[in-house]
Amino acid sequence: MIRIANGQGFWGDSLEAPVDQIRRGPIDYLTLDYLAEVTMSILQKQRTRDPQAGYARDFVDLIARVLPDLKDRRIRVIANAGGINPMGCRDAVLERAERQNLPLKIATVTGDDITDRLDQFMKRGIELKNMDTGEPLSAIRAQVERANVYFGAFPVAEALALGAEVVITGRVADAALTLAPMIHEFGWKETDWDKLSAGIVAGHAIECGAQVTGGNCQVDWETIPDLADIGYPIVEAEPDGTFAVTKHAGTGGRVTVASVKEQLLYEIGDPTQYITPDCVADFTTVHLDQAGENRVRFTGIEGRPATNYYKVSISYTAGYKAMGSLVYTWPDAYKKARAADQILRQRLTRLGLRFDEIRTAFLGANGCHEIPAAEPSSEIEPHLSEVVLRVGVRSENRAAVDRFTREIAPLVLNGPPGVSGLGLGRPRVEEIIAFWPALIPKSEVRPEVAIWPSAS
Amino acid sequence: MAKRELIEIAHARSGDKGDLVNIGLIARKPEDYPILVREVTTDRVKQHFAGVCKGKVERFELPNLGALNFLLHEALDGGGTMALKADPQGKTFGTALLRMEIDVD
Repeated sequence: MIRIANGQGFWGDSLEAPVDQIRRGPIDYLTLDYLAEVTMSILQKQRTRDPQAGYARDFVDLIARVLPDLKDRRIRVIANAGGINPMGCRDAVLERAERQNLPLKIATVTGDDITDRLDQFMKRGIELKNMDTGEPLSAIRAQVERANVYFGAFPVAEALALGAEVVITGRVADAALTLAPMIHEFGWKETDWDKLSAGIVAGHAIECGAQVTGGNCQVDWETIPDLADIGYPIVEAEPDGTFAVTKHAGTGGRVTVASVKEQLLYEIGDPTQYITPDCVADFTTVHLDQAGENRVRFTGIEGRPATNYYKVSISYTAGYKAMGSLVYTWPDAYKKARAADQILRQRLTRLGLRFDEIRTAFLGANGCHEIPAAEPSSEIEPHLSEVVLRVGVRSENRAAVDRFTREIAPLVLNGPPGVSGLGLGRPRVEEIIAFWPALIPKSEVRPEVAIWPSAS
Repeated sequence: MAKRELIEIAHARSGDKGDLVNIGLIARKPEDYPILVREVTTDRVKQHFAGVCKGKVERFELPNLGALNFLLHEALDGGGTMALKADPQGKTFGTALLRMEIDVD
């Protein structure tokens, strides 16, 4: 049996979670997921300013902080912290290790970045059509920022086989970070579809960190113990493809069949075909048992052969947006917020500003759900203590969006009464980075694995 | 038959994939799963999200988990970073679904 922990569900997740995973109980592998789609574009912007940047700097600080513990406990780390500059990330980690006089073997998995090859692909008839809309990439080619392929678990397993104590990857499918040590330790083959699918289900269960151990858990949330000290998830994997999800003893949170079900259903499509680079997992074959306190056992998982394609995530610029908020108070808070929204829209029209979209939300009334069933009843409505008016605009024209940001604050003095500006100041104009999901034949790209220091 | 709110017999989690929202709807007790299958149809979900979900609604059954998975197409104003919604990643669609009134035996 091997223990594979997750210590980071996204870049910006708890800084203490990975440290607790290392220090508060036994684990063999620590996986860290830093790369949301939007993260790649943020990293791109950072690298434009500084060629040395472009990776998750938090990861470098983390390794520097826990390196002696990793050595003592022989824990190996797998992280997609490399972003768009895995080699830069490796060098930064090595430098910090040298400062502590601790030798470290680091492997990188690269080759996912195909930004510079897009025109070549398109010339050869690989259209990189949008998987959702069917449009060819040529429609937005001029706006493209980056294109990265999602690799699977086998190159990461190869890095482990080379003896890496830390594996730094660029874009790799999130769940593959968890599957990789199983392939490495148990010698699973590329055609062991059921076992690979089990590893993917395990990865899916823990890739969002504490979202499987009681965080964001809707069922009986008030009775979940000690969320302040919530334990992050650990997979206890067996060579036959069965496994349990648990957490360290003495930590908060709760691992139950119910909390696990919520996470299994998170961000999936057709459950009979969860497509990954390594296999197609069938979530309708998963059997769950409460095997003890804070321990859920997974059995019966089946899967099918992988497809001949990798998924590609292409980011592109898509105009500008800004969001402004004001809060209206009792009496008639909702009525005033709606009136202010109308006034604002009339002013924007009078200014001749054109937007692709103007969007209003009334937080405190029906701002998030926005469905008819969530609208406050006519009895409740006049008694609402406050309603936040939140207006957003989007346009190709930066000047129009910028002009909008000047129209919020005046409403405090020249619109309906009983309003506060929330101390937020003028809204900020943001450039929008949008995503274009596409497929590319696997034969067109190859993952590259390198280890440092090299064997020679 | 009595009218009940779905939240009494089910829990849920939702998330995004582009302009699409998925909602996992789970029976609190396995024996209530058939009620979910009978009551929470794609038509009813589409109607419940009137004005929010502009595309089709798909439903998948996971009897092994006593759960249904719904895909709400064109529900996020273009999705993710494009969306100006207060909930651009569809995180609260799960609880929105739990407000649905259903018939229980």
